[in-house]
Amino acid sequence: MSYIIEMLNITKEFPGIIANDDITLRIKKGEIHALLGENGAGKSTLMSVLFGLYKAENGQILINGKECKIHNPNDANHYGIGMVHQHFKLVHNFTVLENVVLGVESLKHGILDMSEAEEKVIELSHKYNLFIEPQALIADISVGMQQRVEILKMLYRKNEILIFDEPTAVLTPQEIDELMKIMKNLANEGKTILFITHKLNEIMSIADRVSILRKGKLIDTLDVDKVNKEQLSELMVGRKVMLEVIKDLAKPTEEILVVKDLCVKSNRHQKNTVNHVSFSVRRGEILCIAGIEGNGQTDLVYALTGLTKVDQGHIFYKGEDITHKSIRYRSTHGIAHIPEDRHKHGLILDYNLAQNLILQTYFKDTYQKNGFLNFSSIYTNAEKTIDRFDIRSGNRSKSITRSMSGGNQQKVIVAREIETNPDLLIAVQPTRGLDVGAIEYIHKTLVEQRDSGKAVLLISLELSEVMSVSDRILVIYEGELVGQADPLHVTPQELGLFMSGSKREVIQ
Amino acid sequence: MKKWLLKEGNGKLFASLMAILIGMVFGFIILLIAAAVAPKASYPLDGLYTIITGGLRYSGIKGFGTVLRYATPVILTGLSVGFAFKTGLFNIGAAGQYVMGGFAAAYIAVKWTFIPLEYLWIVGLLGSILVGGLWGLISGLLKALRNVNEVISSIMLNYIGMITVSTLVILIPDPFNPSRTKVPLSQIPTFGLDTLFGKNTVDVGIVIAILVAIMIYVILEKTTFGYELKACGFNRNAARYAGINDKRGIILSMTISGALSGLAGGLVYISSITKVFDQSLVLQKEGFDGISVALLGLSNPIGIIFSGFFIGMLRNAGTPLSRSGFNEEVVRIMTSTIIYASAFSLIFREKLTKFLTRKVGK
Repeated sequence: MSYIIEMLNITKEFPGIIANDDITLRIKKGEIHALLGENGAGKSTLMSVLFGLYKAENGQILINGKECKIHNPNDANHYGIGMVHQHFKLVHNFTVLENVVLGVESLKHGILDMSEAEEKVIELSHKYNLFIEPQALIADISVGMQQRVEILKMLYRKNEILIFDEPTAVLTPQEIDELMKIMKNLANEGKTILFITHKLNEIMSIADRVSILRKGKLIDTLDVDKVNKEQLSELMVGRKVMLEVIKDLAKPTEEILVVKDLCVKSNRHQKNTVNHVSFSVRRGEILCIAGIEGNGQTDLVYALTGLTKVDQGHIFYKGEDITHKSIRYRSTHGIAHIPEDRHKHGLILDYNLAQNLILQTYFKDTYQKNGFLNFSSIYTNAEKTIDRFDIRSGNRSKSITRSMSGGNQQKVIVAREIETNPDLLIAVQPTRGLDVGAIEYIHKTLVEQRDSGKAVLLISLELSEVMSVSDRILVIYEGELVGQADPLHVTPQELGLFMSGSKREVIQ
Repeated sequence: MKKWLLKEGNGKLFASLMAILIGMVFGFIILLIAAAVAPKASYPLDGLYTIITGGLRYSGIKGFGTVLRYATPVILTGLSVGFAFKTGLFNIGAAGQYVMGGFAAAYIAVKWTFIPLEYLWIVGLLGSILVGGLWGLISGLLKALRNVNEVISSIMLNYIGMITVSTLVILIPDPFNPSRTKVPLSQIPTFGLDTLFGKNTVDVGIVIAILVAIMIYVILEKTTFGYELKACGFNRNAARYAGINDKRGIILSMTISGALSGLAGGLVYISSITKVFDQSLVLQKEGFDGISVALLGLSNPIGIIFSGFFIGMLRNAGTPLSRSGFNEEVVRIMTSTIIYASAFSLIFREKLTKFLTRKVGK
């Protein structure tokens, strides 16, 4: 059996860390090959080496049995390798067609000739069922469509080896299904697909073979039909992983947060983004607010944590009206917030790990005296937290958080919020973009918080998370609470009806 | 050595030194060209030597006094720009804050004779800090409350400050006569620094500038206040999330930045040198030199002390350079090249890291 790509003994180091340690990967022509691993296992690095973004210190790359030197993405392109990055590389005010031809424009007497290109794009779109409108502006089309434009770019360049870096992270469930179909289609047409993921379901449903990476080393390459999810997750994390959240029934006690008739006006249009919302959270329970992205969850959380102004209604916390209290007042009185966007709100990426851990507590007596920071206690505490929460980074407490992997950045935030020993923990999509090991850890932490008598308000888009973690579910649709459910007695389909606005009931 | 260079701070230092080297090489090329075309300027190496030594080869210790005199205001305006930059703001209004502060100091030193003369200069400097701070505060308030870009508001305030001062100088009668604005009464004391540097005009101003730089360093790196301000600068959203009052941060930061430039003006206009308030409606160059100094010092307060000295040295080399038959402007070309190169310092640092990591790997 001949291989289309052979990456032999690849070693790539970064200061303080070996991202790829002597990895040998062989890809067959026409297969869908998944690359599985935790955050920071070295998947993206390995693919970047193949695509010419990084240069490996050691090892060689063979394409169709011949050794190749790939110094930059143009070389990669020359060898027929294309890549769809996690964050798309598209020009937003260009049309689909313009984006596709960018860099390989065809000319007629020195003048841009788009008609030929358009025909080709339409033909390709047809052949692979991409349903792309060549004249649409990128800014006007959905994220799923933008991804297809990226795929089309590779096809237009006649790439034979297609790399996908976590292609489903940004997609809705329906878009994921369609992408899976497209990928299968591509493989049937003889293209070779390499895709990076940490979602086991996707591997089981479309990949032919899977290579598992852990801490920079290749653990194994397996045929997908000979393994199951449990085995894969164990290989990936290096220990047994509970895919199910194990917890006892909730024993809720007093109400800690009561929201009454809350409204937040949108700053873009006349409508309320949060419209007459009332609910309460009790100690000892995890209340989950489920919903499709963009239905007012963000503004609801901003209102609860003080990041935005409330236009109508009241928020009571431990019986006190905190509707107009400051962010600082809320955070020092036991409301912790794991924010939705860890780069926008959660971390100061240019500060190091220790400095980020004191983001809300730097003014407390432990960390300062007369306005001067007490570095010895800041760093000793940081070291303790790093050990307690198993946060991994190159330089421990002195690591700049920008250089850390997403999962470990999230751990920093979770650690910081839980260390304050809050009474109410508001967690917004706490597991977004994380691998199973980290997800398990965060879910366990949420349940622990609940069991120690804290109230947890979880905002999540992932149905599986909603079903498995929460004790009580409320569904939000267009800024209103439209349904409630008991996770033990509801099916995902029923929740889906509420989430899409097809069904609604009065909340008691 | 490689490890040493790979450390963040050292890499930055290296980048700045590279910028200086590039400027020197470029300046030398200009000297070579000049030597080739102008018969008078026949010793380019001699010219370069004059520049590198800051002209001190002719003037010796007395010349060093002049360097200190030049360095004093630009260290402070450099700190002003650098401090704002560290907190995420671009204060381009140092020139306006500088001239307003300078006027306030001179006014107090001349008019407030009810204060004992030996303390009057201190009150004058405090006045310059206050008025410079006020000038910065305006930009800060506009930015925080009305979201007016601080670059635009501070540029406009440069001109407003300049015209205000030239109007006031005319309006206020003697001894603010524009032809002799030299402060007759209370000057900044020298504490013997003038005799130390061969009867020069050095006074305690340079000591104040260095102490202020150290103070700013401590504020930025060691205090909770600096932690807050830098947090606002790096990521305003995250600072807000953490309960830091970002608007207060912006206002304070612009005020402090303005106060630093104001003090720079105070230290110049009530010193023993005869500095006349300019009637020709030209922005004072100390303000813009601050941007260069801050860039070359990579906004680090300690780095700014050194880059301030360096810019002072270059400036001092101007006149002696003409002795070797070259035009003074060569120094300006050199300075500008260095500033350009230091704006690219990030690229140097990246290349350096890449180069070194590749070597370490092998």
